[in-house]
Amino acid sequence: MSEKVADWTTGTQAIVYQHCVACGSRQYFRRRFCAACGAPDLVQECASGAGTVYATSLVCRAATPETRAHVPYNIVLVDTSEGFRMMAHGDNDLAIGDKVTARFTQFAGRLVPYFERVK
Amino acid sequence: MSFITGVGLTSYGKHEGSSSLDLMSEAAAMAIADAGLQRADVDGVLCGYNTVAPHIMLATVFAEHFGIRPSYAHAVQVGGATGLAMTMLAHHLVDAGVARHVLVVSGENRLTGQSRDASIQALAQVGHPDYEVPLGPTIPAYYGLVASRYMHEYGVTQEDLAEFAVLMRTHACCHPGAQFHEPITVADVMASKPVAMPLKLLDCCPVSDGGAAFVVSRERTGETGILVRGCAQAHTHQHVTAAPRLSELGAEISIAKAKAASGAAISDVRYAAVYDSFTITLAMLLEDLGLAKRGEAAARVRSGHFGRDGKMPLNTHGGLLSYGHCGVGGAMAHLVETHLQMTGRAGDRQVLDASLALLHGDGGVLSSHVSMFLERVR
Repeated sequence: MSEKVADWTTGTQAIVYQHCVACGSRQYFRRRFCAACGAPDLVQECASGAGTVYATSLVCRAATPETRAHVPYNIVLVDTSEGFRMMAHGDNDLAIGDKVTARFTQFAGRLVPYFERVK
Repeated sequence: MSFITGVGLTSYGKHEGSSSLDLMSEAAAMAIADAGLQRADVDGVLCGYNTVAPHIMLATVFAEHFGIRPSYAHAVQVGGATGLAMTMLAHHLVDAGVARHVLVVSGENRLTGQSRDASIQALAQVGHPDYEVPLGPTIPAYYGLVASRYMHEYGVTQEDLAEFAVLMRTHACCHPGAQFHEPITVADVMASKPVAMPLKLLDCCPVSDGGAAFVVSRERTGETGILVRGCAQAHTHQHVTAAPRLSELGAEISIAKAKAASGAAISDVRYAAVYDSFTITLAMLLEDLGLAKRGEAAARVRSGHFGRDGKMPLNTHGGLLSYGHCGVGGAMAHLVETHLQMTGRAGDRQVLDASLALLHGDGGVLSSHVSMFLERVR
């Protein structure tokens, strides 16, 4: 297993996923093996940022002072063009099925992925 | 075989000055007395996890506090499914001869023992620590995501979801122990403050203090026996990001396995006790379990189907949405109410026939499921 490629979870502007050499599965949550087949041979790749909105929830009541400063903010699940699903922020008016593309933004002191509608 | 031989339930809401152990003890004493047993008869203890006062050995902390020395004891944690998961385990423990009388107990002073923000924040940690929690989601947001997708796929509306909040409140108004007794309308739900859209305040269960307990025994201790006829679990994922498609969620898997384990069919069911952390949870689970056709659960609420006098009375105590939610004890109240209904002790709330009941619990974000059939035997 190679070194972890830097991504948004560690403050770098990238969305990284793993691709299994043995079975072809793609997974977003990083592991030392493929969750589908158990093989240890995974390749890390950067996602294009293109995807389709699967679900949305506009958060209007946050639980911490840091996140409360951002309300309302839209939590979205996006099906990426690479074939994995991820959680991110997005435009408040995104609808299920919208084609979106990722950029990055600051949220409660962290870098987070943010999807906006493709014009 | 195993029987639910006794039940105990405190009122839910504010119990100023009561600790979690106080609430657990109060419910446990009621359940043991209800079973016609002495506390020394209890040789097994299963207790739910606790967010206000977490402990690595909560069952023995409780046993020492309560004054019993069980031969089997530990805590269980499966989120909202914990109550029924403990019941399932107790059923297998007494069936296998490991214990004769297992006390299943939980209680938390979640409302007065910590701030609401602390509760919301603690629960949001069921999200993935690297890939979800940094985005600031809350439990309502996780379920809000599921709701948006479910509404999109099956044409369910916010007004449809509101019907479930109104129904649970109507039921709670008939239970003196419920946290809320003011009737509400669909318009009230629609006008309530947005929390995590499409979920609004009245689509969400409250935070409560309370305790619940029951005794699971190898033999019945009274004339009427409430038999655990069969149960099963399913666990498909933990995080909502990793959830399968809506048609492959765990409720459908666990109910199919529970039907096989019990030999019961949905058409045999006379009373339903279904997890209702949010209105969407209840709507989806009713449809996943086969208690309503896909997208039609709300229409069944409107027609009175799930009311006290309907064909399938549901959560007649008011559910998590209106009886209250004190953590693990929240969904245990569903089983307590089921027991009261099955034994004809539900007073003004009594339904005509609760001879066979279906119970279902959900933990995480529709992650963990337990389905159970209870049958009255004489």
